[in-house]
This record gives sequence, structure tokens and C-alpha cells, in this order.
Amino acid sequence: MEQPQVTPQMVKDHGLNEEEYREIIKILGREPNYTELGVFSVMWSEHCSYKNSIALLKTLPREGDALLSKAGEENAGAVDIGDGLAVVFKIESHNHPSAVEPYQGAATGVGGILRDIFTMGARPIASLDSLRFGSPDNPRVRYLVDGVVRGIGDYGNSFGVPTVAGETYFDDAYTGNPLINAMAVGLVRADGLVSGTISGVGNPVMIVGSKTGRDGIHGATFASEELTEKSQERRPSVQIGDPFTEKLLLEATLEIIREDLVIGVQDMGAAGITCSCAEMSFRGNAGVTIDIDKVPVREKHMTPYEILLSESQERMLVCVKKGREEDVRRIFDKWELDSTIIGESNDSGIFKVRLNGETVSEIPSDVLSLGGGTPVYHRETRKPAYVDELAKINLDEYPTDRDFSKDLLTMLAAPNICDKGWVFNQYDSMVRTNTAVGPGSDAAVLRVRKTNRALALVTDCNGRYCYLNPRAGAIQAVAEAARNIACSGGRGVAITNCLNFGNPYKPEIYYGFSEAVAGMGEACRHFNTPVTGGNVSFYNEDPERAVFPTPTIGMLGIIDDVSHITTQGFKNAGDFIYLIGETDEELGASEYLHTIFGKNIGPLPKLDLHVEKLVQDTLLSAIRAGLIKSAHDCSDGGLAVALAECCLSDRENLFGAHIHLDDDIRPDCLLFGETQSRIIVSTDETHAEKLVDLCTASGVPIAAIGRVGRDRLVINDLIDIPLEDMSRAYYDSLRNLLERVRH
Amino acid sequence: MKNKKAVVYVRLKEGVLDPQGVTIQRAILNMGYDVVEGVRSGRFFELELADGNGDLSGKVEEICRKLLANPVIEDFSVEYT
Repeated sequence: MEQPQVTPQMVKDHGLNEEEYREIIKILGREPNYTELGVFSVMWSEHCSYKNSIALLKTLPREGDALLSKAGEENAGAVDIGDGLAVVFKIESHNHPSAVEPYQGAATGVGGILRDIFTMGARPIASLDSLRFGSPDNPRVRYLVDGVVRGIGDYGNSFGVPTVAGETYFDDAYTGNPLINAMAVGLVRADGLVSGTISGVGNPVMIVGSKTGRDGIHGATFASEELTEKSQERRPSVQIGDPFTEKLLLEATLEIIREDLVIGVQDMGAAGITCSCAEMSFRGNAGVTIDIDKVPVREKHMTPYEILLSESQERMLVCVKKGREEDVRRIFDKWELDSTIIGESNDSGIFKVRLNGETVSEIPSDVLSLGGGTPVYHRETRKPAYVDELAKINLDEYPTDRDFSKDLLTMLAAPNICDKGWVFNQYDSMVRTNTAVGPGSDAAVLRVRKTNRALALVTDCNGRYCYLNPRAGAIQAVAEAARNIACSGGRGVAITNCLNFGNPYKPEIYYGFSEAVAGMGEACRHFNTPVTGGNVSFYNEDPERAVFPTPTIGMLGIIDDVSHITTQGFKNAGDFIYLIGETDEELGASEYLHTIFGKNIGPLPKLDLHVEKLVQDTLLSAIRAGLIKSAHDCSDGGLAVALAECCLSDRENLFGAHIHLDDDIRPDCLLFGETQSRIIVSTDETHAEKLVDLCTASGVPIAAIGRVGRDRLVINDLIDIPLEDMSRAYYDSLRNLLERVRH
Repeated sequence: MKNKKAVVYVRLKEGVLDPQGVTIQRAILNMGYDVVEGVRSGRFFELELADGNGDLSGKVEEICRKLLANPVIEDFSVEYT
């Protein structure tokens, strides 16, 4: 086959620098041809090789007794949850595709992360989405929100997985670069886990699922660049999702795994066939030769280059046990999916591609694979000047003779606080009927059938915190995730992360990345929640600005007994309300300063990890002892907002509260400061004393702060608001912000 | 030129996966017809145009780009009758 001559410009267009090109020539002992250049280009892109992040990621705690697969070794992390069951979970970004085509970008993001789960042999049981957008005042932002939310909903709902939790944040930092982080969770018998491996000699390699088209060629490289005007021209990179085919692919894949027909399976996401062949054969310490002309294609005249790099959705690569090809074919026929043998394994260690018998690409698998020979860079870091400047705050500039009732209403209607029903009501959160706690509480909870246990799931990250102090922000993201899981009655066991940052070649950006990874590692070690994997998304940056450093944490928790499941809303009028933890006089980095004064400023609230852990452990003991009716942590918006949320948790059944706080601190700090390690709980008269005793014995501060009421929220002489007013502000806000009609 | 009606055809760009087309083709095969090799689906709109506004083709194209078609993944064409 005639291939175009590789020119220096072509190398540059493929996103490879001169040094990398020299390395390629050294590896091959010759110049690469055009097809090989394409293969190197995608596999050495940031998206596949993690070349600018892996050195730091390796510093994260990745060991734990319950871990069944180590971070980065398989397509997703796997955690032993007892009873012979394992949970497979992972979070991944689909930021760049969603910025260009929000509906399909978000839909294929969900599809991709679901495949990562069932490629391991696990059946997806839940999906979560952590979303960040610019200000809803911007019509383009409203268009993105609409498309992304519909894309997630349509894909998840059609596929049949409940979307149970997530976050939706709005800040100008995300105007040009929305963040779409999708997390999926699956369940599998611990002995039924499958590896993404090609191994042995003469085992057939099959491509299954949809046909291959020209969609998404160089999507991986696309995700590794800043968005510019030029990205608009790259639009054919957008892939189209087909959730109904994915559902068939799920069933067929689980069936061939159940019937023990396979050596390994890997989904095709970024870099398509290339990535699967290279990574699977590297993992199996083997080689693979494929005949590219055998791949079923959707369009005529596709070149090997195009077929190798296509990112068509709903496809998997399967290494079949020799002699079982017909069984696999029979199963895929039954599910009306293509299955074609395109090659076989060997012991060469080489990924070879042939077209009509002629070799068109021949590269060692290891040099294409993360952990093999892909480049590893240590980038320069420089602390941005703003970090120290913004850490200073003079509270005198923020007068306290204010109408705090009005402020609370403003806060409750703020896009980052208000009810997100407009988003999650578009999702089916109950399909499969295991959802015990759906969207809107501290964490989602799913029952695990045939056991007495449940899973608690949450995503967390406060981008503003991470902007003001990336290390402390990342620590608090992990702490808040663990706290949310504790509030729902569980203990965190492991995390997955999605690290969204700007251009790593800018030292200020890389400072944020490196600090955030360090903070995350510290917190995860403290909570004993190892990192099971995830993904890194750099280049979330446009000519205007980079996004806030946003290390999204997805945490898995286990609730040992379904009777421990706890939610945030007050349960009965007359119940006693307690605050576990103490309130400091601090206001920095708060949602209050952001919403009321338009300032992202100040030092982060202090966090002592030992105190935090103690508070969480004590809360969990109290929940297990049956002393707690509701639990909700104080986070964005502080104590006043948290109390309001406890009142407003169920729009059909609102509660009031009469609160008296003794603390002798500024009222704005008291109401809206975001001191960490605080939890609002409610309990009845019979259990109140025991609760206080338990906390006191553990050395955890606890204070009786009031009673659950029926009609108003009253806090000292600072706040007095009728429930209906709060409810309207909280529940109607997002719809008004997103669906405003302009004439 | 007096515009009476604009007929807008919207179809997926060449190379973009058309799940509906694929499903229809499979159904055709399942019905026993082996004469169809591929199906591409699309949609069309009839816009009744206001009289006496001169050449509206620029405005119609704008409507297509902004509303009727998603130019990221779809092409459109307009016929005037």
C-alpha cells in the first residue's frame, strides 16, 4: 500500500515534538510510516499515555486489602465488598467533546465509562455525573447545560442504569470549558472479574459490537489540546452514541464472560482498535497481529490509518480462547451484533497490522502502553502569584449589619446551592429498583441484593477551594466525600478521581496539579481510601483562562447494614437538633462571599484530618447504635444553608427549625462560614442523651442547637423565614435560571 | 423571486453513525429483503414563508443553522417551491 511520505509538518500536526519523534525513530530503528505515525500520535497523546501526569499519580496510595485490581492496571478499579462480591467503579471526563457537541459528547461519555465497567465482567448498577459550567446568564452555557443533561439522561435511561447522584456547579471559570465527569459503578462476583488481556499463542482476537466508521478519528489527540477556533473545524471528531446497541453489547459481553469463552476483553474508547490491541497485548506480555481489512466498516474506502484510529462507539476487542470462536459468534449473533476475527495472539511482543497480507504498521506493544515505554515527563511548577494574594482577607470590609434572612434566601436560590431537580429529574434514578437514596441527599445509596449491605456513592470537589489552595482544596474534596458517606451511614473504602486542569506545560497550571495530587494522596492515606484509578484531563483552557483546578473525587462507601441508611432531611417535628463539631470564625473561600459579594477570596476553612476522622467515626458509631434520625454535613453555604437543606429536603414534607447558637463570633461567619468537620444531626428525646454521651466520650464537641419545627426557620435573632419562601427560593431557582425566555 | 415555501432537508453528515438507519436496515433484512445495502435517515421541514419580503434564503439558512439542523453533525439543504 502506498502511504503518504511523513514530513516534519505532519509530525507536528500529529502533536508529537521533535524529541518524541527522535525517540520513535530510535525504537523502530527507522522512520515510521504514515500509519505508524498515527498510532504513536494517539498512544503518546496525553489522553492515552498520561505522560505529564503519571509520575505524580504514582505517588498516590494505591494499595489496600480490599483492592482486587491496582490503579492503572485494568480498565477500572475493583474492590472486594464481601459476600464474594466486588464493586468495579471509575470516573472519566468527556470535557472536550461536550464543549463542541454537548448532547453527543455527554452521551458518549456515559457510554464510554459504562463500557469500562462491563468490560471487567461487572454489570453496571449506577451512574453519577459531576458537571461544571459557566454562569447560567450566558446563553451558550444554557445551551451546553441543556444538551449535556439530556445527553446523560437519554443514554443512561435508554441503557437502563440509574443515574443516582452527582454535582452541578456554575462558575465563570468553566464558561469556555465545561467539565463533564461521568462515573459508573458495577457489581460482579469477585471470581468473575475479567482482565483486559491478550495472551498466549494463536488465540483469536475478535472485534465485536458496532461497525467501524470514520467518527472520532484523533479524538484522543483532540482531548490533549486547548480548545481554540480551530477545534470548531475538528468537528468530525464527534462520535454518536447508541445506547440500545450498548445494552446489547453489555448482555453479549457478560454472556461470553459467564460462559468462560474469553481470555480478555477491553472496550474501545479513545484511540480505538490501536489502544485496545497495544494495551491488551502489553498486559498479557504477548504480541498481536491483526488484518485490518477484516474489520467490519460502515463506510467504503477507509484506510488502515482511519480504521486504526476510529473512535466509533459501542465496540469491544475480545481475546477468545482458541476453539471457542464459534460460541462467541453464536452469542453475538443472538444479540444482533457483529463479531469478526481480525487477528490472533502471538509471543512476539509486537502489535502488527496487515492490509491484504502486507504489513502496514509494526510497533512493539510496550512502547505504546502506559507503564511500558510511553514518555514520562516531569514538568516545571511555579506557584501562581494570586495564591498568596487571595489568601488574605480583611473581614472588616464585609459589614455584618445586614438582613441575613434576605441573604439566606439569596444563597438558597444561588445556582451552586439551589435544588438541582431540574437536572436530575431528567434522569431515571430508580431503574433496576435498588436505589435506596436517590439524588439530593449527601450520598446516593444502593442496596446490594441478596445481602444486607448497601453501597454509598458520592462525587465531590469544590473548584473554588482548589483554585484558592489546590493542596488544601483536594484534601477537603476527599474529606467531604468521606463525610458525605459517613452521613449516609457508610464508611468510605476507595476513591476514583478525575483530574481536570489546564495546560500542563504552563508551570502555574502544573503547580495546581502537583499540589492537588499531593493533597489528595495525604487525605486518602488518612481515610484509608486508596485510589483505584480514574483519569486526567489537561488542556481545559481557552485563550481567556484555564478552569479552576478541579480534582473530582468519586468515593465508594459500604453501609454494613441497610438499617444504617441515613438521609439529610429532618424527620419529625419536635426532634432535637444537634451540631457535631465546632464553628470557627472564618469566612474565606465561602459560597457566601461568592454569591453575596462576588468574591472568590480568602483562606480556606481550616481542616484537621484527625478531628475530621474522629467526627466521622463518631457519627458512624451513633448511626450504628440507632441514635440518629438525620445527618447532614455543613459544606457550601455553611451552617445556615445546611440547616435550610435539612428543612427543605422533601418538598412535599417540609420542616422548620428553631435554632439557638451560642457561639460568640461574627454572625456572617456563624451562619455562612464553611468550617469543616461539622455535621447537623437530629434525634428524638429517647436517644438524645445517649448521643451526647457517645460524642463526649469520644472527645467530639456536640451542642444542642434547637428543635425541628413545622413552619419557619429561625436562627437566633438573625434569621426568621417562613418555609414557603425558602422552598420557593430553593426549588424554583434553577428552572428560572436555565429556562428564562428572552424576547 | 417570490418565496412561497422552503423545504428543508436535514441529514447526518457523511460518516456520522446513524443508529436509526442501522436499525431500519436490520429490520429490512429481518423481513427477508436482501436488496438494501444501507439506510440513512433524516428529517424534513416545510416552512411557509411570509409574502412580499423579497429573497429570504439568507434568513432561512440562518434558521437552519441555528435551529433545524445541528451543524456539528448534520448537513442541510433547502428547496424553494
